[in-house]
Amino acid sequence: MHSTIAAFARRAAALLLAPLLLAAAPSHAQLRLDITQGVRDAVPIAVVPFGGQVEGGPSDIAAVVAGDLRMSGRFAPLERQDMVARPTTGSEIRYEDWRLLKSDFIVVGRVEADAVTFELHNVRTGTQLLTQRLGATEKNLRATAHRIADLIFERLTGIPGAFSTRIAYVAVDGQPPSQRYRLIVADADGYNPRTVLESREPIMSPAWSPDGQSLAYVSFEGRLSAIYVQRLTTGERRRVSARAGINGAPAWSPDGTKLALTLSRDGNLDIYTLDLATQTLTRITSDDAIDTEAEWAKDGQSLYFTSDRAGSAQVYRVVLDEARKAQRVTFTNNYNARPRLSPDGKELAMVTLDRGAYRIAVMDIASRNLRVLTAGRQDESPSFAPNGALLIYATRDRGRGALAIVSADGSFQQRLSSDQGDVRDPAWQPFQPRG
Amino acid sequence: MKLMHVLAVAVLSLGLAACQKPTKPDAAAGSATGDAGAQTSAVDASAVPTGGATALTPQQQALAELKQKSVVYFNFDSDEIDQQYVPVVAAHAAYLVKYPTARVRLEGHTDERGSREYNIGLGERRAQTVRRALLVQGVAEAQITTVSYGEERPAVAGSDEAAYAQNRRVEFVYAQ
Repeated sequence: MHSTIAAFARRAAALLLAPLLLAAAPSHAQLRLDITQGVRDAVPIAVVPFGGQVEGGPSDIAAVVAGDLRMSGRFAPLERQDMVARPTTGSEIRYEDWRLLKSDFIVVGRVEADAVTFELHNVRTGTQLLTQRLGATEKNLRATAHRIADLIFERLTGIPGAFSTRIAYVAVDGQPPSQRYRLIVADADGYNPRTVLESREPIMSPAWSPDGQSLAYVSFEGRLSAIYVQRLTTGERRRVSARAGINGAPAWSPDGTKLALTLSRDGNLDIYTLDLATQTLTRITSDDAIDTEAEWAKDGQSLYFTSDRAGSAQVYRVVLDEARKAQRVTFTNNYNARPRLSPDGKELAMVTLDRGAYRIAVMDIASRNLRVLTAGRQDESPSFAPNGALLIYATRDRGRGALAIVSADGSFQQRLSSDQGDVRDPAWQPFQPRG
Repeated sequence: MKLMHVLAVAVLSLGLAACQKPTKPDAAAGSATGDAGAQTSAVDASAVPTGGATALTPQQQALAELKQKSVVYFNFDSDEIDQQYVPVVAAHAAYLVKYPTARVRLEGHTDERGSREYNIGLGERRAQTVRRALLVQGVAEAQITTVSYGEERPAVAGSDEAAYAQNRRVEFVYAQ
């Protein structure tokens, strides 16, 4: 097996600098976040406009922090017009004012020349819970605000915030058959969209490397599918698989050294693993069915994948040992596809056919209990936030492709919609190691 | 690129006509021939720089006729070639057998329902079904390539059954 592939491997290993690459080019289509289903027991919190800043600007820190906390579904930030005062330090807070406004917590802060300082206080007890001074420049105030939101979220929920992470997705403009495809990376709240690849041919299935620095994706440039790995910081791009037939569904191993991918021979799709350093290809499944959409278990020792070997699409798991025996994992509903593991490895998100509609569901692996989270007709491509609290997925909104976010319990829903064209195929960036 | 675009537009418009009425109505075919003829000559002129727009070889003429029926449509969740498209596949097989240097690319597509990568698999299955039908009728393996676009390249926009029906298809695309 390995020797027959060696020639391909050498060719595929060629380093390609993207001809279509527009490194960090600003995009036009900004996504807009709208809450479509709120939560009744969200915790009230006041995020007071920070001192040293003009209110309402694009890097209004308090507005970004409040937006992040609202987006989590767990907090209900107080509206600015209801704020009776504008304290910027803890000593300026009059707790009784905020108790009357029924805020449980309050965040105050100020922007200085090269730093931002914030404080989190418990209004009921009148105590400070957290204060920190973060180095900041005029240029990265939004990033600083997301970091503040991360810290506040973690202090109050015990769960690390994922507001500093980004999302990758595909945007499509124009009418068939002449469409333009763009691979975009944006902040988790939809801001700062950057086009990392643009093409007249389809782009699909972006997948983040475990270190959050690179994307693997499928591009049909050259009118055949191929898998590329692109490093976002440098724009360096490698074509890692361009074998005859299908090259699809890339998924990174937890250690980042391998990709699971889907290849075809005579039209039959099977799952392989590709060692990125040695280009060694290993066949994992060999079945007449469609085997695709691999997802690695957290220990890297097995793969979840979609197969229709039993007649309709279902999720299976194969252990990466010599026997490579696949076992069926899903038994509820007649269609379950594209498994994505939760960060703790205990749940699988997937697309399920629920009463005639394709919806996002999460299955508890141990109990096999499946809960449907969404109510669309064509929801697909679920991807967990790295803290497991939210999932992003693709849906349809007024005839167009849109992205949506749902809390892992299904109670909180919001939509990330674009003013033009379709957006689809979202992937949430993992946590990056902090240097 | 531009050539492909023209081809794609031609294929699309013909595909629409074909879908609305599977059996070829004479009047509609007449106007379709007119359109396709104009587009085909433009394509041929760029492909064969020395040839005049009117001087079509028999092969070019056969290809132009073939391009009027170059889409096979499929039922939901099916990769079986419906009876009404058997003559379409047979016409392409006859052409490819007669002109062994001709090359065809079979592009498999699905409607937008379901998971994207899984749909790549379904589109591939459709392309392979057509490929096997061509092989059975004597076409050489080397003449055929396949690609699956899944739901990524719809023929028409829309999320209703009419749009779905036009998007579940295999297109015959000729290199020359």
